[in-house]
This record gives sequence, C-alpha cells and structure tokens, in this order.
Amino acid sequence: MTTEVGSESEVNKQAEQIGSGAAQEKPDEEASESQQNASLEPEEEKRPVSPTASKSPRSQKKEKDPSESRGISRFIPPWLKKQKSYSLVEAKDGVERKEPTEAVVEEPIVEKDESLPEEGRVAKGDAEEILERKRQDVKVDEKDEKHSVSSAETQPAKEDSKEIEVAKVEGIQEDKREGETAKRETKEVQTAELKAAQKVSKKLKTVPCKVMLLDGTEYSCDLEKRATGQVLFDKVCEQLNLLEKDYFGLLFQENDQKSWLDPSKEIKKQVRNLPWIFTFNVKFYPPDPSQLTEDITRYFLCLQLRQDIASGRLPCSFVTHALLGSYTLQAELGDYDPEEHSSDYISEFQFAPNQTKEMEEKVVELHKTHRGLSPAQADSQFLENAKRLSMYGVDLHHAKDSEGVDIKLGVCANGLLIYKDRLRINRFAWPKILKISYKRSNFYIKVRPAELEQFESTIGFKLPNHRAAKRLWKVCVEHHTFYRLVSPEQPPKAKFLTLGSKFRYSGRTQAQTRQASTLIDRPAPYFERTSSKRVSRSLDGAPIGVVDQKEISGPAGDVSVYGPGVAGQGIFQDGDGKREVRSPTKTPQLQFTTEGKKNSLRVEGENIYVRHSNLMLEDLDKTQDDILKHQASISELKRHFMESTPEPRPNEWEKRRITPLSQQTQGRKDHLFKMDILPVKEKQQIPAVLIVEEKVQETDKSSHETLNVVEVKKQAEVGKEERVITEGVNGRDKVPPGSDSGETRKVEPLTHKDSPSLSSENSSSSSSESEEEDVGEYRPHHRVTEGTIREEQEENEEEVEEEKEEQASKVVQCMEAVPEASSVKQITVETVQENVVSQKSSGEKSLKEGDKQDIREETEEEQHKVNGEVSHVDIDVLPEIICCSEPPVVKTEMVTISDASQRTEISTKEVPIVQTETKTITYESPQIDGGAGGDAGTLLTAQTITSESVSTTTTTHITKTVKGGVSETRIEKRIVITGDADIDHDQALAQAIKEAKEQHPDMSVTRVVVHKETGVEEEEE
Amino acid sequence: MAALGHLSTFGRVTHAVVRGLPESLCQHALRRHKGDEVDFARAEREHQLYVGVLKNKLGLQVVELPADESLPDCVFVEDVAVVCEETALLTRPGAVSRRKEVDMMKGTLENLQLNIVEMTDENATLDGGDVLFTGREFFVGLSKRTNQRGAEILADTFKDYAVSTVPVSDTLHLKSFCSMAGPNLIAIGSSEPAQKALKIMQQMSDHRYDKLTVPDDVAANCVYLNIPNKGHVLLHRAPEEYPESAKVFEKLKDHMLIPVTNTELEKVDGLLTCSSILINKKVDL
Repeated sequence: MTTEVGSESEVNKQAEQIGSGAAQEKPDEEASESQQNASLEPEEEKRPVSPTASKSPRSQKKEKDPSESRGISRFIPPWLKKQKSYSLVEAKDGVERKEPTEAVVEEPIVEKDESLPEEGRVAKGDAEEILERKRQDVKVDEKDEKHSVSSAETQPAKEDSKEIEVAKVEGIQEDKREGETAKRETKEVQTAELKAAQKVSKKLKTVPCKVMLLDGTEYSCDLEKRATGQVLFDKVCEQLNLLEKDYFGLLFQENDQKSWLDPSKEIKKQVRNLPWIFTFNVKFYPPDPSQLTEDITRYFLCLQLRQDIASGRLPCSFVTHALLGSYTLQAELGDYDPEEHSSDYISEFQFAPNQTKEMEEKVVELHKTHRGLSPAQADSQFLENAKRLSMYGVDLHHAKDSEGVDIKLGVCANGLLIYKDRLRINRFAWPKILKISYKRSNFYIKVRPAELEQFESTIGFKLPNHRAAKRLWKVCVEHHTFYRLVSPEQPPKAKFLTLGSKFRYSGRTQAQTRQASTLIDRPAPYFERTSSKRVSRSLDGAPIGVVDQKEISGPAGDVSVYGPGVAGQGIFQDGDGKREVRSPTKTPQLQFTTEGKKNSLRVEGENIYVRHSNLMLEDLDKTQDDILKHQASISELKRHFMESTPEPRPNEWEKRRITPLSQQTQGRKDHLFKMDILPVKEKQQIPAVLIVEEKVQETDKSSHETLNVVEVKKQAEVGKEERVITEGVNGRDKVPPGSDSGETRKVEPLTHKDSPSLSSENSSSSSSESEEEDVGEYRPHHRVTEGTIREEQEENEEEVEEEKEEQASKVVQCMEAVPEASSVKQITVETVQENVVSQKSSGEKSLKEGDKQDIREETEEEQHKVNGEVSHVDIDVLPEIICCSEPPVVKTEMVTISDASQRTEISTKEVPIVQTETKTITYESPQIDGGAGGDAGTLLTAQTITSESVSTTTTTHITKTVKGGVSETRIEKRIVITGDADIDHDQALAQAIKEAKEQHPDMSVTRVVVHKETGVEEEEE
Repeated sequence: MAALGHLSTFGRVTHAVVRGLPESLCQHALRRHKGDEVDFARAEREHQLYVGVLKNKLGLQVVELPADESLPDCVFVEDVAVVCEETALLTRPGAVSRRKEVDMMKGTLENLQLNIVEMTDENATLDGGDVLFTGREFFVGLSKRTNQRGAEILADTFKDYAVSTVPVSDTLHLKSFCSMAGPNLIAIGSSEPAQKALKIMQQMSDHRYDKLTVPDDVAANCVYLNIPNKGHVLLHRAPEEYPESAKVFEKLKDHMLIPVTNTELEKVDGLLTCSSILINKKVDL
C-alpha cells in the first residue's frame, strides 16, 4: 500500500519537484497551459492531467476502481483540501513534461469521449468524476515521482535529464520497493501509450457501435467502452425482440476472417479496430428448426439461410434454389397474384449466387403452388427443406492435411467433417473425438480407437495461421458444447497446464435453450417480414461483412421496423429476460443459475480487472507489498495447519472438504476485487470432490489449448464424494546451458507466470485454490497465487488476447522488470522443497528443450469412468510395492506404492471426518528420494490454472525453477471429481499415470496419489 | 413438393431406362475374371424377365434402348448416368470402350426432360455402379473405374447432398457388394471388403442406416423401388442362385419380394442394378 504510506509526503515532494524542475524547462508553455486551465471549468482544471497521462500512462493505472483502493479513498479528504495548490502543481507538471503537441492531441480525444455520453451520464458522473480525477492526479504525481527515481534507463532522453536531477534531490527517500515498481512502470509506459485516452473516467466513455441485422438494416448504439459482448448482444436481441437468442451471435471482421464476439469478454479486447461493426448472425443452426418455439426465431433463421444460399455458402441444386426461392416469395409476398406480380417481380429477389432466368421461372412456377401458405408456414417449409442440405449448419475452415493437401474442416452439430473439394473424405462424430487441441497453426483431434484398434490416434491439420487454428478450435469447443452437452462445462476455470486459451463456451447449450424456450410465454410477437429484395441484392454473393454494411448502411430509421411498439411485447430488460427464461430446469437449473451469476461476476471482475491495470503503477506496488504480506500470512497459516495436523495430506483434504473453498479464499478475493463471490463460489466448489494432483517436471512451457471432450456429465452429489489425487513429478529436463538459460537468465528474478489468459475470476479462484492447497504439502501453490494475480495485471496491461506465444514474451518482459525482492526469498524457500523432489528425478531424462507438450486440461478420468471407456494402462509404470494400512477408527485406507521403496508413504494419522470414508493410493517413482536436495534454485515461474466442469475441478500448477543453470518444470495437477459412480482406484491411478505420461512424454511421473472419500451414508458400515 | 431426401419418397420410380444386350457382349464385354462363357440366349431371356418385371409387374414406363454391337457393355446403363430427382449426370465411364454409351443415353434423358449435366472433364471418370444414393446422401466408390475428380463433379451436380468417397479396391464397383434395400436400409455383403466399406460409410454419415447383411456379396446388389399401391418392392437374386442370401431377403416382411435371375450377366460383372436407370418423374410437371 504505497499509496497510503507515501501519498501525502509525496504530494509535497511533487510540488517541490515541479517547482524546481518545471520552472527551468519551458516557461512559455507553462504559461499558456495555465491560461488554458484557467479558462476551464473547475472540474476541468484537471484536464492537464490527461496530457500528463499520455506521457506517463501508468498514471492511468491509478484510475482503478475507487472501491478497490481503500487506501486512496481514505485520503481523499486531505487531497481535497490541498486541491488548489495541487492542481497548480499539476498544471506545471503537465507543461513541464508534456510535449505541447501531445497535449493538444490528447485533449480533443478526451473532449470527444466526454461528449459522447448522454446527459444522464454526465450528470451522474459529475461529482464522482471530479473526485476521481483529483485522485488520479494525485496518483499521477506520485507515480511520476516514483518514476523519476528509477526510470533513468527507460525514460526518453529528455525526461531523463530532468528526472534524474529530481531523483537526486528527492529520490533518496524512496524505498527500494518503489524503485522496483518504477521499473515495471516504465515498461508500461512504453506499451501503454495508447491507453492515454482512457485516462478520463471510464464512465464517460462510449463507443459507437453498429450491428448489421439479418434483414439488412443496421442497428446503432453507443456502448460503454468496456462493455462485454453480451451487453451488445442483449441489446441487439432486445431490439429484434428475439428471445431464443442462443442460436445467434455477433460476428466481427478480423483481418480477412470473421470471428465470433465472445459475449463474456469485453468487446474492446476482441475488436481492435474502430468503429465497432458487427453482423448479427446465426451461430448454431438448429438441426430441427421446427423445434424452435417462436416464429420470429424461425424468421431470423430463414433470413440467415437466404443469405447463406444467395452468397453460395450454402450450396443448393438448381431445383432446391427454386423451391426455397418460391417459399421465400410466399413468405414475403403472400399468394401469387398474377396482377400484382408482374413478370419481373421476381428478379428483384436473389435466390442463388448465379440466378438465371430459367431459375426465376421455376421459382414463379413453384410460387403459384404455395397458395394459401401463411408467411410462417412458408418459412417453416423453407426451413424443412433447407435443413436437409448437406452443408446446413456446417462451418467450413480451410486447412491442409498432414500431406499438405488442401482440405476443409467443417464443424457442425454432429461433429467434424473433412472435405476435399466438395467431397466428404472423413467425418469424426463428437462422441468419437476425445480431445481437440491446437498448437500454433496446427489443429489436432484425438479420436477414440476404432473397434478393433487399441490405440487412440491423433490427427493433425495445418491451418493457415495460428489465429485460424484457434478460431477453429473455439468453434469446435462451442459446437460440441452447444449440441452435445446438457450444460456447458464450467466456464474455463482455466486451461489445464496450458498457457493458452482457457476458452469455453459459456452460453446455453441447445438442451438448455430448448428447455428455456418452453417457458416462453408471450403472445407471438408481431414482426414484419422485410422484403429480402434489398438484403439479397446487397449480398450479391459477397458474404456479409464490412462491404455489405457500407452498401446497406441506411439511416438508423431502418430499424424502426422493429419499432418501440414491437419491442414492448418482449421482455424489456436483458437481465430479467434472461433470468426469466432460465429459471426452468431443476437440478440443471441450479447449475445454471450459478452459471449466470458467475458470468456476470466475471464480467464485473473483468472490468475491475482492467481498472487494476490502469492503476498498474500503484497497483503493482500494492500487489507486491500485499503479496508479501499475504504470503507471509499464508505461510503462517500453513505453518499453523501443519503443526496442528501431523498428517498434512489427509488433513488438507478434510479441511478442503469442510470449508468451502470460497470461504477460505474469500479474504483473498475480497482483497483483490472487493467482491463478494462467496455464494457463487460455494455453489461451484462444494460439489467438487475428486482430486487428482499431478506434479510433473517439464522442459519448457507447453502451450496450447486442448479440449477434452466429455460427453456425459454427471450430476454432482454432495453426499458421496470421491477424490483421486495424482501427483506426479516428472523428470527434470536437462537444459543445455546455451539454449534455455538464455531465457532463463532474463527471467531469473522471481516471476510467477500464469496463464495470461486467465480472467480475473479464473485467476482469483485458482489462487484461492492454491492457497488452500498450500496448507498441506503443496507449497508452491500459494506462490502461484501471486503469480496469478500479477500475471493478471500483466495481461490487462497489454490487453493481449490469450495467445500464449505473445504471452510468453510478455511475461519475460515483466520478469525483467521485477528485481529480486524479499518476496523472492520467501518463495524460493518453497521452491526448494519442490526442487528437492525434482532434483532427484533429474538426470532421468534429458528432455528436448523446446519440446512443447500437449497438455490436457480436462480430466480424462472422469471421462473414462463416465463413458465406461477402457483405459489403457502402461503396466510398466505401475508400482511394484503396495502397502495398505487401514486405520482402525474410521474407514480410512491408505495405500502407498513405491517403486524402489525409497520413498516413504504418507500414513494417515489424522482421523478423517467421521462421515467419510477415504481411501488413498499413492504411487511414487523411485527417482525420488525423500531428502532434499541441495539448493533451492530460483523459481522462475509458477502458474496455477484451474478448470471446472460439472463434476470435475482441475487445478494445475506449473512451476519452473532454475538451479545451477538447469531449469526444471514441475507440474502438479489436482483433479477433484464429484460423482456418485464408484471409482476404481487402481484404474484411476493407472489412468492418472498414463495420462500424465501421455501429456508429458518427456517428463517423468514421480508421484501419484489417489484419494477417495465416500459419504458414509452410502456405505454399509 | 418434396425436394430433398424425404424418406417417404425414396425409391419412388416412374420411369426406367434399359438397353438391349448386344451379341458382342459374350466375347467382348469387359470382365474382371475369365470364366464361363455367357450363354447369350439365356442372358437375353433373363434380361427380358428383368425388364418385364419393371414394365409389367411394377407398371413403370420403360424406355428400352436398342443394343449397339459396337458397345458390348451397353446393357449396363447404370454406369453411364446418375439420376437423382430431376437431375441427370451423364458420366464419363472409367472404361474407354464404354464412353460412347453415353451418347444415346443423353438423348434419352433429355427426352425425359431431366436437367442434364455432362461430365466433360477429361480427368474425371465415374461409373454409375460406384454411386450409391441412400436417399440422404451419396457414397461414391473410388475404384478402377471412378476417380476423385469424377466424384467431385458428382458432388457439384448434386449440391444438396453430402458426397462421401469410399475406397473400393477388391471389386469392380462400390455396388458390387451393396445397394439400398429400402429407405434407410443398406444391403451389404459379408466379405471383408464389403464390411470394411460399410464401416467407412457408417463413419462418414450423419445418419444411421440399418443394414441387411447377406452372405453373398453379389446378392447384396438388389433393386429397391417404392411403387404406389405396392409399397416396398425389392428385386433380389433368385434362391436358385444364392439360396442363403435369398433367405435373408425373405425376412423382409414389409417388402414385396421379386426374385430375379441374373446368372449370365453376372459372368461379365453385371448385377441387378446395372441394367436399368430408374427415374422418378412428377406426373404433372
């Protein structure tokens, strides 16, 4: 909490600084600047700040959510008192540092942003805004000061001279910690230039946004800059009066490709270019449109299909073109009327990419036969025919097969289709696909062994680029979830062991949306079928896109088709609507609700998260500081627990069981986000029961996302719990000094690398989990916590999308910026322990450096069990010695297996809670000797990733350490599976080992623990 | 108007195109294996019975094309055109000696007012015997007679349907061991290649087909029709020829079963589907 400590004194310093420094610099500018200031409204006195901001963007970071910076708000009163002198200072400051031009440039932007919001917003924001700005200013000053202390290396030359001077005078008082931060900030300064504009209170920021609707009209609105995709989507659906909206989505143009806007994420993080232009499209084509509840939904689907057909995306034969065209005419024009429908009425429509006279004649001919069909009936007929088209609902992606042959991958409701030209050359139904992953520009599917085959096979495809691979992967994840699962997997608790995307489809599944649709209770909304003439014309073969938009972009008045009256019939509030629709199901509903809340939380979290990033400078300070404190307290806690409980492992489990994660971690979260996530958390966590933990050492980072396809979801039952803990430590890699160490050195100072892609919520939860685990033997985890948090900020800072490669470099940067601090030591200590294990295993294998592992984030255990799939076990891995001990008191079973009997098993001393029966099997590979090795080495990175699905929670920790030039990576995976199915321990163990091996072939599994807890009620004791 | 793959209309047939067999067939027809010589008289008799079933028993309008002595294989009309709904794809048969068979077929189909698509690509070959239309999709055997390009053109012609390719290496055509025996019902031989091909087809398809496995591969080639007032009609190989397979067919309770002898033409790789092109013309159009 540097702010608290330093703010007042710093202000003073700042004043001094400015006085001395600024005066010398550019008196003229200063004068003009202050003039300008004078003419401004009081609240605008702060304006100069924004120029300042552009210069030192980190000041933006200060702009963090007020509620978050407790310390800051406390000091508001003092600041206010000083306001006057302060603002003067500020002005000078700005002049002094800013290039006049910069300031000028900046100003208009600010202006514009402010002018966008409506009156209401302004009114509401005024007071707050003033406060906030003042606060900002103060912070800016602080920052600048700090900055000046240590930024010599990174600051532009001009500033350097000035700042250094100042630093000499004042910098002495700055403490080391600040110096650190400053360094980091420097980096931010460089990268965050663009964010300068954000300086102004975010409340004022809106972004104009256009959405091309399916009927060719355009919907415009202003969105808060940080709005998520969902906000816009809901607005659009409201405009359209559409309730069954889960089939739809918003597309935006990205390079040459269109991508779906992720509702759960902020738009600005996804859409790089202004203006924001989207097209409203069908995302999931209902396999049976007749099951849609409302005609209006079918209507929009029809519009989409007409576009698809006219543009050639949905190929049809001549006859089908004619038939579908005739239904279109019937729906839009009604019965054929020879008088009204002169010979050329039809040529205004486009039915096919290349429409011929002959086709039009055929259309007319067929139109005559539809007499009497209502528009809705005609639409239905249209859909009945369209849905049979082989390419209906198939999302095609260009790729090459392993031999470099051009193919297309089609993602659809049933699975993945492989086309060569127009021929289907293969097909992988969803149930056959075990895993979907991508790595760089490669896309992989792992398929079940065929009937007589014994082994799963992985099939790779080459996509044009990384983005394309990722897009395809996402589409697959979404389609699989939507069509095959009853409910979505818990939104990405996180990707498992991957640095990449933790993306999951978080919307409703088809099953859910159907269920929800049954609850729709409103009179069929009135809507007017706009003539498709214009639409089709404008389409003209070109897929909807920016071009179309230009062509079509009519006055906003077009939208009035759906005028207010119409909207009135619908549900007015998005939120309400959602909830209303969602409430139906029973068990699923619980899940569902949770889901919903979670989502909203996520959204908020993200916002806050960003604020954090804006306040990076200060925040870092805090974080750093706080982390230390926090860590200390955690260690204490841990110590406490360890002392009180001789047997850490079972105890930890017990504790885990007893205390909902959320509670344990709430403090932490609070600290981070000042949000009460507890209820949600509880819901999510309590049912979680089966744990698999795995420690692996890995060469370098592995990165790419995987999706394990789990078809069946079990309903978690709290009563009965099972846990499997797998812990494997993998052989360390010997890294050739030359190769890895280069990077290593850079990274040397402590860093916690986390999956940058984690959303704030994810990371918070993972951190909480790790903390919890820390209580036991799993120390690295809480270290990871910090990493998580920091990484988060890092991520925000750069607004990077979850591309791991990018991230990696980012992380490195950040690492460089972090000097070794006291916190490092603390962490290191823990690392030592970790390393003990790893060192034993070292020498086992020389790993190929740079070998990237494919890591699965999902528990296949569950999958196997659930699906009854046979697991192929590597027998040679299986332990040779098995000791069983059955503590008398409770039904507790502990099995320890040691390959070379070098390792001690974990014995149960702690009596588990009476209501449970536990069983634990431990496997440890011989390479581990209990002792410990030499020096701890330096922790390079640590990350925690947590993923959750209905019945599974997976937490993965990856730590990288460097010892004497050798880096080792250690992966621990803990999987908690909840369910009422019995789990075969041996199988679970074997499976865990096998999976670990598969996932990290170049690492070795050192330890696997399977622990099961069963509610006693279920047992016949 | 039912356009696409309505199961209820699968097998609907109003017209059939057949062609007489030339005497040159006995000596010059292409055949995979040297074997017994074709008894022309008997072959002709069998063929007449076959046509008689279509024409008289089932009431189809049968267009009978004259034989051409210069085209020994011309009786196997199936290979030169693929007709689906109102579109006919004139093929480019894999055997060069058969390419001229297309000419007469073209005129015939034009007269029937079908939309004609010709396969002009010189790199493409396609025999109709490699094309299995299930009512929902096409499977095209990639054989000695049919290549990828041919299959692509077929896919371009029948855009509404998925077209999947199936490698065929042990038999002449895809339909040498399978055919449709009803809506959603695939008759399949028991041989390993046949079963393997079926697996591939099942994997490639979004639909689940029932299968009717018969002991003899060639007996799996049967002709299914859906005739108003008669319902499911199945022409299958006679019990005298393939008793075990015939027994399997006889289990189809809902079908009107018509055993047809095809012993002679089989000697030159001709099966039941080979000798006709079945067309469903809308009465009023």
